[in-house]
Amino acid sequence: MKPLLRTKRRRAHRYGVVACLPLAVWLAIQPMAARGAAPVRVVSLNVCTDQLAMLVAAPGQLAAVSHLAREPQQSALVEEARAYPITTGHAEDVFRLAPDLVLAGIHTTPETVRLLQRLGVRVERFESATAVEAVAIGVRRMGRLLGREERAERLAAAVERRLAAVAADRPERPRIGAVFLDANSYTAGSGTLMHAVIQAAGLRNIAAELGLARTARLPLEALVLAHPGLLLVPQRYGHPSMGEAVLDHPAVRALVADRHRAVISGAESTCATPATITAVERLAALRRRLAARERGS
Amino acid sequence: MRAAWRYPVLLVLLGGLAALLFAASLLTGPSGAGAAEGLAALFAPAPDQEALALVMREIRLPRALLGLTVGVSLGLAGAVLQGFLRNPLAEPGLIGVSGAAAFGAVLAFYTGLAGMAALALPAMALAGAVLAVALVFAIAGRHGGSLTVILAGIAVSSLAGALVSLTLNLSPNPFAAYEIMFWLLGSLADRSMQHVALAVPFMAAGWLLLALTARSLDALTLGEDAAAALGVRLARVRLLAVLGTALAVGAAVAVAGAIGFAGLVVPHLLRPLVGAEPSRLLPASALGGGALLLAADLAVRLIAPDRDLKLGVVTALIGAPFFVWLVLKTRREAA
Repeated sequence: MKPLLRTKRRRAHRYGVVACLPLAVWLAIQPMAARGAAPVRVVSLNVCTDQLAMLVAAPGQLAAVSHLAREPQQSALVEEARAYPITTGHAEDVFRLAPDLVLAGIHTTPETVRLLQRLGVRVERFESATAVEAVAIGVRRMGRLLGREERAERLAAAVERRLAAVAADRPERPRIGAVFLDANSYTAGSGTLMHAVIQAAGLRNIAAELGLARTARLPLEALVLAHPGLLLVPQRYGHPSMGEAVLDHPAVRALVADRHRAVISGAESTCATPATITAVERLAALRRRLAARERGS
Repeated sequence: MRAAWRYPVLLVLLGGLAALLFAASLLTGPSGAGAAEGLAALFAPAPDQEALALVMREIRLPRALLGLTVGVSLGLAGAVLQGFLRNPLAEPGLIGVSGAAAFGAVLAFYTGLAGMAALALPAMALAGAVLAVALVFAIAGRHGGSLTVILAGIAVSSLAGALVSLTLNLSPNPFAAYEIMFWLLGSLADRSMQHVALAVPFMAAGWLLLALTARSLDALTLGEDAAAALGVRLARVRLLAVLGTALAVGAAVAVAGAIGFAGLVVPHLLRPLVGAEPSRLLPASALGGGALLLAADLAVRLIAPDRDLKLGVVTALIGAPFFVWLVLKTRREAA
């Protein structure tokens, strides 16, 4: 040890320039990083970023997604997700994957995110979407983050074309009132993605008109008296729960005929993805059918 | 003369109170329709009142009916259990009958059994209740004191509560875990006429069996040997009490969850008013139980209309301090 140290000290001045090399290299690559040298091991912890990343990422770029990506109630890309390893989302599990970029939702446990950042991992967080425009915005942002701008732009443009097509034949003054009745009598008030979907489809959101904001309870009585023209219900889990049993309540069943009902899956309403636009299109088509029937009768 | 009149007057008053609270339950709700309008929609809706009729008939009526019948079941079962075990602390919730019934109902509901055959729900709750009552009676035995019964009840309750939680946590449906509260605290929110049709026949059968114990319970106040000398067949009374409690409480729990303390408080409040005879206490407790539960369910809706407060929270807030007072009183008397 000692000779080595002495040698080092003796040569220190000679290698002063060499010591500065890392700094020089760092300075040289810095502009490259700013231009977005694409990350090569990306881990996603949130079902929404999972889906955007799977849509945009290059083969091999995405190292793991969350377990919810394989959950049909939450994710529209269940089949695609089977191609990726699953991460539990715990900091230790994520760190083991040695990611150079971690994607998280704004609600991903802050402890995990802080811990990963302290360990020097770059974490990018995505806000929860409350507008249908968030689909294209999210896709483009994911494209920039993954260095896949071209593919993201193609996807985003297609999404915008589809939205524009729906908007083109949206009634000036929406007449048909819709309400989303989720398990446990929860509904989507103003400021939710579901609210934006309802409005984009040319329908009125009765929950918002009743003054409900965000996700709020809509008492069964208020639902019945509001008499919606269209009742939106969630995709059911295969196994029973009392929370979902409210959807079978005789008062709810007597409220609207089957043709005034539509099922919205969590995959469409949880995250702003192209599947959300599919829901908008489906509801808009249903609105046209209902309006035509009304005119006919 | 005055004493002879007192009991019928009390029953009429209790019945009137229950009827009044039943009406109040029908007229209380977030949609806030007027009393006349609401009652009209219930009995003879105008053509333009279809929605209000739906609210009154399918949402409020089942809630009020279940409040009354579940309360009657708990009040009656509490009075019979206290009389039969000659234990002032006995009550369906405390001796574990409600918890075991909840476990039976949870098994039926979350495995999908109740979805295939609606009767599976009350049947399984009933089975759980029978097991629990039989177990506690067996432990209480001939010489089991007050304390033994309560301790056995605590054991059964804790086990049943743990099994309810375990079953719900293991359910693949993510909503199930949040429903532990419903099963362990009880609620009448958003019940339907289907629940009424499912539970009331069983509860009524239970009331009948419980009512048949009345005379024997009177004799039992003199002690088991004296009762036997008077011709009381203890085995028959026990069977009636077990089956009656299981039917009434099991069916109640199957549709409303385990609501504690109602069966404890009501007989105690009424006993000083009706005298020592259990046969006179039973009808009074039944009416009083109905009134108490309707009142508690009204409180739930008035205190926190949009929070879905559980019924068991209100009954425990009233009942638990009462229970402490009873324990202290029992200890003083024993000393």
